[in-house]
Amino acid sequence: MSEAVTKPVPIPDSISAPFFDGARQGRLMLQCCAACGKWSFPVRERCPHCFAAKLEWRQASGRGTLYTFAIMHQVMNPGFASAVPYNIAQIDLEEGVRMTSNVVGIPNNALKIGMKLEAIFEDVGQDVSLPKFRPVTG
Amino acid sequence: MPNQAKGAIVGLGVTPMGKIYGRRSVDFAAEAIALALEDAGLQKSDIDGLLINANIPNDMDPRTQMTLGFENLNLINVMSAYGSTAGGMMQYACMAIREGLAKTIVLVYADAPLSPSRGAGQSYAGPHRYPLGGMTGLKAAYGEFGANVGYALAAQRHMHLYGTTEDHLGIIAVGQRKWAQLSPWAQMKALMTMEDHHNSRWIAEPLRLFDCCLVSNGAVALIVTSVDRAKDLKQPPVHVLGYAQCAPGDNLDTSRHPAVETGAKRSGEVAFRMAGITRDDIGTCQLYDCYTYTVLVTLEDYGFCKKGEGGPFVADGKLGPGGSLPTNTGGGQLSGYYMWAFTPLSEAVVQARGQGGARQVPNSDFVLVSGNGGILNFHSTLILSRHTSG
Repeated sequence: MSEAVTKPVPIPDSISAPFFDGARQGRLMLQCCAACGKWSFPVRERCPHCFAAKLEWRQASGRGTLYTFAIMHQVMNPGFASAVPYNIAQIDLEEGVRMTSNVVGIPNNALKIGMKLEAIFEDVGQDVSLPKFRPVTG
Repeated sequence: MPNQAKGAIVGLGVTPMGKIYGRRSVDFAAEAIALALEDAGLQKSDIDGLLINANIPNDMDPRTQMTLGFENLNLINVMSAYGSTAGGMMQYACMAIREGLAKTIVLVYADAPLSPSRGAGQSYAGPHRYPLGGMTGLKAAYGEFGANVGYALAAQRHMHLYGTTEDHLGIIAVGQRKWAQLSPWAQMKALMTMEDHHNSRWIAEPLRLFDCCLVSNGAVALIVTSVDRAKDLKQPPVHVLGYAQCAPGDNLDTSRHPAVETGAKRSGEVAFRMAGITRDDIGTCQLYDCYTYTVLVTLEDYGFCKKGEGGPFVADGKLGPGGSLPTNTGGGQLSGYYMWAFTPLSEAVVQARGQGGARQVPNSDFVLVSGNGGILNFHSTLILSRHTSG
């Protein structure tokens, strides 16, 4: 309810626009280097692997595994006062990048390192959606 | 002569630490430098180099040299590799002295983030530090505030891979509190039991309050000069035998594991080789301890035990008073004071001089010092000794 609007909402800028535009459309958009073929995260102007200025936005699978997680109990921002304890997770995506996000759809005590996850997209403000992750079922 | 001393620490100044309100960083810095000059038996006019450790608020900028009233400095810089900076400052100071760029150099760190109206966490990593523009805004949107989360993620991964437990982290905090009780400079003096540790509130699970460092207002200053000049000064010189850095990077891709394989490995190997000694020669470790976990993983990467065995290694209390590897003997950042790597470095000077009083360790011939910055993204190592060679 009001929680979503009181949490901080990112303000997309020109370089990150494809990421946020993609999230708005339910697609996880990441940068991939046309020169070396490696993916990277977060956004950069140049490939951090080979320095080529040939990064292209491509749709990632959205599938990955839980690399590690933490449960945040301390309220560092008033927007999260009613959210604690909430999880912060690092997810190893199939594309070979490690991304930080939240895992939703299961209680924190059910989180298991190595579990399979998939991206979902949560509206967090006017015209802004965030990729989050949920367990792959079945 | 690779094992010869590269320089000597001849002065140490440590101000009162903690909840000391209403003073600026530069005021703490001035006090620490005055204390260090007095300690060394030097005058301000003897100083011809100033290296400042940038702090988070960036209120220790290059103009600090004018506020402090230095004149005719031959070397001035503000340096930052976050919590690892002190080691790098020592490298540059020793190299500058050996190259003749300067003779006697002050190294200083000062910070004053605490105010009566804000808790320690908010002081250091409150929302004022989290911009919302672009992808940087993702951190705030996901609730990833401060370093606590990053180290909690790292500790959780270590626990998963190696079975590290809350007891393993707790024994580090408990041991350091015992040391703090023996140090006149430490902020935290109350006894801490393992039960107290386990009952302290979660900050970012698996890290509890007592796994996290303090936040301090205060300053530490050191004076560094050549091995020759050090001979005639007031204090027993503490020689710099080895130094190295390693910035291991970050989660560039999923083949990298910076959370559990830190820069301490490479940095430590280089520093030990330079000093011409081995781990067995180290009588005491002064390790960067922003969190209990940092101590554990640093011991592993320095090779005191195998990767993954840090928990069982520390479990017998060997890091505490009376233990076989006395570590963070001033209470460290967990219970002493939080001055980035000037915390372990300052205590190393005390121990290497043999001036630790009730907390003096039996063997302080060679002291190992670590610095660590970011979320294990920066590392520095120093090996200090009263001896002039390894």
